Amino acid sequence: MAKRFSVKISKSWCKGCGLCIGICPKKVLELDGQVKCEPVRPEDCIGCRQCENVCPDFAITVKESE
Amino acid sequence: MPREDVMKWLRQQFMPHIWCPGCGHGIIMHAMLRALTSLGKDPSKTVISSGIGCSSRMPGYIDSCTLHTAHGRSLAFATGVKLCNPELTVIDVMGDGDCSAIGGNHFIHACRRNIGVCAIVMNNNIYGMTGGQASPTTPIDAIATTAPYGAVDPPFDICRLAIGAGATFVARATIAQPQMCETLIKKGIQHDGFSVIEIMTHCHTQFGRKNKRSRPLDNFSYFKDRSVLKAKADGMTQDELSGKYVIGELHLDSGAEEYTKKYDKVIERAGR
Ligand SMILES: Cc1ncc(C[n+]2csc(CCOP(=O)(O)OP(=O)(O)O)c2C)c(N)n1
Ligand code: SF4
Ligand code: SF4
Ligand code: SF4
Ligand SMILES: [Mg+2]
Repeated sequence: MAKRFSVKISKSWCKGCGLCIGICPKKVLELDGQVKCEPVRPEDCIGCRQCENVCPDFAITVKESE
Repeated sequence: MPREDVMKWLRQQFMPHIWCPGCGHGIIMHAMLRALTSLGKDPSKTVISSGIGCSSRMPGYIDSCTLHTAHGRSLAFATGVKLCNPELTVIDVMGDGDCSAIGGNHFIHACRRNIGVCAIVMNNNIYGMTGGQASPTTPIDAIATTAPYGAVDPPFDICRLAIGAGATFVARATIAQPQMCETLIKKGIQHDGFSVIEIMTHCHTQFGRKNKRSRPLDNFSYFKDRSVLKAKADGMTQDELSGKYVIGELHLDSGAEEYTKKYDKVIERAGR
């Protein structure tokens, strides 16, 4: 079975800059009504962690989920 | 890298940090903390020195031994720390203005001295903190508050400057390669001598707005599209490389003796 990943966002640290959203190859992330990052399609995440590494605000944690 | 390990290096009580949303300086700090984490460094034996500028705010958020010094003078402090305590890991973070304008003299002499300090230059081509004045790395024709009709002065290439002045490890990446930033910073820290890692970054607020790159993502794409790996660049002409950023390890001189080791010998001679 394909691996699943969880993408956690620290909403109090996210500044809604949009970098992670723009670079995610699977379009997992979007801005919510509060202009904070929200994983709207977590099931599509391939765990590449590009979003985590690019986040200037340390607001994203990608983990393999059970 | 599990985030918990990296988080250990943050003064979390001061987060979120002061930088504008999407500022490249945060991408560089993140890469540097991943590098320190993966090298298994001890925060109590790691010193981060900085001058003044948006970039130089970085040490304030790092839970290690940190120094926020005077504009352009961070390398003088870093040199003093390393000379007194050669066992410490010493990193110096600088802006382009900090490094190549007011601190230009400190920079070239630190390069020729070859002291074991890793210098990270956060080059956003502008004085971000003070409102977008042109710096010595502002490209020709780019708009700045002090160059409203376009910059005229030819810019410095920080890496070539460092190599010319004698730095023994010199590398470049851009914020569009966060993973490469981490790898090169790791190598710079491990290098026994003066290392310079230039990271091309953006100040979308003060520079980008005036130069058609107002969103953080515009800048990410800009750097991504213009980055060329060293191996490929070696086969390209000067014309083909115009407007490009050559990335990777640009220079390594592993034979040069590190300064504190040379200085130990002076101490020994003097004590005879
Ligand atoms: C001796 C001195 N001169 C001038 C200043 C004003 N000043 C503060 S930051 C800065 C330039 C910052 O540019 P850079 O080093 O590129 O950092 P950035 O803000 O772009 O990250 C200047 C000129 C100062 N603080 N001290
Ligand atoms: S990169 Fe970080 S700060 Fe920017 S929108 Fe994504 S989570 Fe938020
Ligand atoms: S880990 Fe990769 S696929 Fe998953 S959300 Fe982040 S960028 Fe997208
Ligand atoms: S002014 Fe520029 S360099 Fe300073 S925090 Fe904002 S985007 Fe970053
Ligand atoms: Mg600058």
